[in-house]
Amino acid sequence: MAEVAENIQNIIKPENLVYQKSPVLTDKVMHYCPGCSHGVVHKIIAEVIDEMGIQEDTIGVSPVGCSVFAYNYIDIDWHEAAHGRAPAVATGVKRVFPNKFVFSYQGDGDLAAIGTAETMHAVNRGENIVMVFINNAIYGMTGGQMAPTTMVGQVTATTPYGRDVDLNGYPLKITELIAQLPGAAYVTRQSVQTAAAVKKTKKAIRKAFEIQANKKGTAFVEVVATCNSGWKISPVDSNEWMEEHMFPFYPLGDLKDGEKEDPEALKMNV
Amino acid sequence: MGELRLMKGNEVIAEAAIRCGCDGYFGYPITPQSEVMETLMNRRPWDETGMVVLQAESEVASINMVYGAAGAGKKVMTSSSSPGISLMAEGISYLAGAELPCLIVNVQRGGPGLGTIQPSQADYFQATKGGGHGDYRLIVLAPASVQEMNDFVDLSFELAFKYRNPVMILSDGAIGQMMEKVELADYKPRWTDEEVKEVSGSWAAIGKSPDREQNIITSLELASDKMEQNNIRFQAKYQKIQENEVRFEAIDCDDADYILVAFGSSARVCQKTIQLARAKGHKVGLLRPITLFPFPTEEIKRLAGRVKGFLSVEMNAGQMVEDVRLAVNGKVPVEYYGRMGGIIPSPDEVEKALEQKLIGE
Ligand SMILES: Cc1ncc(C[n+]2csc(CCOP(=O)(O)OP(=O)(O)O)c2C)c(N)n1
Repeated sequence: MAEVAENIQNIIKPENLVYQKSPVLTDKVMHYCPGCSHGVVHKIIAEVIDEMGIQEDTIGVSPVGCSVFAYNYIDIDWHEAAHGRAPAVATGVKRVFPNKFVFSYQGDGDLAAIGTAETMHAVNRGENIVMVFINNAIYGMTGGQMAPTTMVGQVTATTPYGRDVDLNGYPLKITELIAQLPGAAYVTRQSVQTAAAVKKTKKAIRKAFEIQANKKGTAFVEVVATCNSGWKISPVDSNEWMEEHMFPFYPLGDLKDGEKEDPEALKMNV
Repeated sequence: MGELRLMKGNEVIAEAAIRCGCDGYFGYPITPQSEVMETLMNRRPWDETGMVVLQAESEVASINMVYGAAGAGKKVMTSSSSPGISLMAEGISYLAGAELPCLIVNVQRGGPGLGTIQPSQADYFQATKGGGHGDYRLIVLAPASVQEMNDFVDLSFELAFKYRNPVMILSDGAIGQMMEKVELADYKPRWTDEEVKEVSGSWAAIGKSPDREQNIITSLELASDKMEQNNIRFQAKYQKIQENEVRFEAIDCDDADYILVAFGSSARVCQKTIQLARAKGHKVGLLRPITLFPFPTEEIKRLAGRVKGFLSVEMNAGQMVEDVRLAVNGKVPVEYYGRMGGIIPSPDEVEKALEQKLIGE
């Protein structure tokens, strides 16, 4: 073992270094299942915070869901919010800290079911926050029940015969709804299943934080994600399943790119 | 002498918040307390002191905005009335679990359900025994005048930060809506960033330098042994509050044979009742709990050793009477008299109830 460690030390020289764990990620071992998308998105956020040099000025709000413990991994000050309430908590933080960077991080159950009102209204106010939305089409933390984003026909613990629209309604494209709101500045849908996709998502998250710096309105980044434990298939098959079934329904790309609507243009003429 | 004004109780809450250096108010309209936010929006304190005011989309959102802003180490508050406080119950439990200082004002109306917009004290249990889930306590202050609506705002923040605990002002529609003379406090500046750091920097999420430990605002602890330690710490804090923060007013109790126990609006009614009773030759006093948690248990226990009986007078079906009975512990009779549905009892009917239930023929 000692020999291996020594060898590694010999190899890791500044001139050989091509990749390094972001100093904004803690050393804690992540609790996520192998193949889960949460860890990758955490890494991206940590890298963006590091590269923008805003660690001291960034406050995160974690949800209830598998990523409840996001605070264990990204080395900043955090709030752990009640289920669905992260956008309201982030609003409270941002209103008293207008010059800090504030972001919420939520799963689909948190953001698009129990917290729909808080989500829509935070964006509608054009809160200058970043909202990161992990859409894995299932409730990961509670053991794989139907989420608002679960696909029609998808088998989950509470849709054992597949999601039936007559019984359960339709999968919710909340990001499309968000893009309609005048308070939204930037709304995009990304993924992290390949190196190229990770790069794109990182660019999107960086852009979202830059929009916040310029106080242009809410920046909303959806990441279509996998939950192989909840889906009960392998990580590799999960990536394929996501590409085959989720991407056609949740197409990747920007839904809105600009800034919040000009209030002057909307003012009543009195 | 501070500035004298004639104001509504609800308006005074807003004025006192601005003057005591409050950083933020988050609320949702509901009768009979909407004047709190209306007054704030009229006053535009963001231009004057920098205090932010936001109308949220619901009480669920407003209490969680309070959670976020309180976790930032700021002096923040919300106000509502009974149905809205029910919606806040989840957030209040999280605030207690994360040990966040804040002020919640409940200008009570009658229930259950949508009930009535008339004054009530039916949220006594909800305020003092939990309301949300889990073993927690709020510090609960019960104003009986517009002046106390003013005074308790600053006091609430002082207690909230002293104990890192949410504080509730449990008022009612009568005190919220009535106008009285009030002496306003002088302006206190809001805390600067440096002062926030000094007061709350050890725990608040204010942004961390690479070398400092993270400050994490959370109520979550999955490991039972650690969670039990948290619970033990909370209970020790509540015990300390019980020992140090009991407040009450005793009127004519020294020579009394019978004691009325009443808070808020019903205590004002009882002030008149004791005069009526004394005019008839009955020695009656009034014990008015100002803190409902911590409850003046020791004082009631002390009086129970000397008096012939207690009458708990409440605008509900008899809630505080349970705490009076626990304090008296069977030594002398404890009776209840009250009205519900938004009706305020008259001094006469309370006096009659006292004679019927305790004094006898
Ligand atoms: C008020 C409330 N209701 C229900 C729960 C239980 N619960 C915890 S996480 C969760 C769903 C999480 O799913 P999602 O938001 O999609 O995140 P994921 O775990 O998939 O990342 C639920 C229902 C809770 N903690 N609080």
